[in-house]
Amino acid sequence: MSLSLPTPEPAAHNGRLSDLHAPLKAPRRKSLVNPVKIAPYLFIAPFFLLFGLFIAFPLLFSLYLSFQSWDATAGLASMKWVGLSNFIFTLTDPWYWKSLYNTASMAIMSGLPQHLIALPLAFFLQTAFRRWRNFVVGLYFLPFITSSVAIALIFSSLYSTDFGMINLAIAAIGKLPGLHWIVPAHPIEWLYSPPNVKPAVSLVIFWRYVGWNTVLYLSALQTIPKDLYEAAKIDGANGWQQFTRITIPLIKPMIFFAVTLSIIGGLQLFEEPFILLPNEGMGTSQSGLTTAVYMYRTAFHDGDFGTASSIAWLLFITIAALMWLNTRIFHRSGMNEENQR
Amino acid sequence: MKLSNNKARYTGYAIVMAGALLMFSPFYFMFVFATHTSSEIFSMPPPLWFGNAFLDNMASLMRHIPFWRNLGWSFYTATLQTLLTLLVTSMAGYAFAMYEFRFKKTLFAVALTAMLVPPFLSMIPTFMTMNLLGWINQPRALYVPGAAAALGVFLMRQYVASAIPSDLIEAARIDGCGEFRIYWSVVLPLLGPALGTLGLISFIQAWNNFLSALVVLRSPSMYTLPLALRILQSPTNSDWGAVMAGSAVAVLPLLVLFAFTSRRLIDGLTTGAVKA
Repeated sequence: MSLSLPTPEPAAHNGRLSDLHAPLKAPRRKSLVNPVKIAPYLFIAPFFLLFGLFIAFPLLFSLYLSFQSWDATAGLASMKWVGLSNFIFTLTDPWYWKSLYNTASMAIMSGLPQHLIALPLAFFLQTAFRRWRNFVVGLYFLPFITSSVAIALIFSSLYSTDFGMINLAIAAIGKLPGLHWIVPAHPIEWLYSPPNVKPAVSLVIFWRYVGWNTVLYLSALQTIPKDLYEAAKIDGANGWQQFTRITIPLIKPMIFFAVTLSIIGGLQLFEEPFILLPNEGMGTSQSGLTTAVYMYRTAFHDGDFGTASSIAWLLFITIAALMWLNTRIFHRSGMNEENQR
Repeated sequence: MKLSNNKARYTGYAIVMAGALLMFSPFYFMFVFATHTSSEIFSMPPPLWFGNAFLDNMASLMRHIPFWRNLGWSFYTATLQTLLTLLVTSMAGYAFAMYEFRFKKTLFAVALTAMLVPPFLSMIPTFMTMNLLGWINQPRALYVPGAAAALGVFLMRQYVASAIPSDLIEAARIDGCGEFRIYWSVVLPLLGPALGTLGLISFIQAWNNFLSALVVLRSPSMYTLPLALRILQSPTNSDWGAVMAGSAVAVLPLLVLFAFTSRRLIDGLTTGAVKA
């Protein structure tokens, strides 16, 4: 937003500011450099120094690396240009495709429910809560600011097969009349049995980010003028109609933004599966291996930095492609250029 | 606006509150488990209320990892990263808000792209850069790169533009104040609220940082808490009482911080996200 639109007030001030300054400077000591001209560059220099060294350079270097064959232990001299062969290797590697499939399915399994719950939840919090709203929002938001390692450790204990809270809760619910069928014959192996791994990890991710999305939607809802709802009510619209006809269209840019964040975050899944699943995030027969974890293993277990970089860039390209698709879909559904930026 | 139907409304309250309880329950069990021995945690029925094994768990924790050192490194890294972030981003944000200079728009756009770079993409080269600099196993490998916070630059720019009148800067300049002193003695003291919000965000990020720590820290005596806690976990025989006690101590400072600052923190995070 701030990138494309002219900044209203401060920019106008600034223009005048430097004009005013010019005549004032003249009587002072003559100097070759005008401090007002140099100062801004000095002020932004530390940031851009860090940016260049730790963000831009690593990025370009990883692109360079993806065309090299390199054994990390043998030093920089052992680097060898291999053209596209890292990419070809990765694209023909069944584990890469499996990891991509795992990542995508966990991203959907955790991401879709997040938005389906966060949006109505935010709407209800906005309309029906007043004094307690901040408190309740805080409870939902709490997991977002908690260490992913602590979260994964808590859930490893809750998911434990024999005495984990989750299996015990299922057993307890099964004792209620008419519900005995929900208890499986054997306790569920959440983190070890391949078909359960993805839902189990997805639940943790859902739990961690649903509050974040709620907060995003809530902040968008708060920008909708109240009289719109008043007018709709006078015209006889009920709660559901107000939600679908006023709320949804007006917060579409935020839905786009929140979904974009979920796509970016979902495809980078690393910490939760890495800690929850046995064998450093592999899961039984790679059932929980995400692409980011696969990349990490390729680099730091196998020492193959070139191939790992090609995995990183392929994943990045995938994310970029999905973002493009996402933009197209939102575009087509009638969101104009202005709102979207 | 009010929901017209009271019944629907109370059902809504019930669902939202039940959800909030479910959201909080993992934290509750973490604190409860932290006060029980491993055999108590995995017994029938499981503990639902606090026990008295917390100190034993802490003692066992310290046999497995140099816990106080790890806690110390976490505080050290998070504090330095916060201070450095505030310094670097407030200077840059001030420049972007108050000065006119060539390439300003382009540079600002470039700075914001830092938010979009996926961390996994730079994982390998970051490791190599740190290796080259000799920063492997050093806390500075975490807090120095961490200070390149695009969100911070953005928040600071917004705040300076809205809260600092340019007349004030001009007045200071007429009084003969140098450019850096204007920033340091006039602008910085007025940035209190923004520094507070960004400070919170940076501290929490640094405190929870796992990915970069995993790549650059090598020995348990240099580990920050998240990394140290992870080595406690073994697939066959984890001392769950100790693991939960350690997690509880790692999470508690943030919970307390959050209890007092949640409004501000959430506002800061969403403004950054919404307007950027």
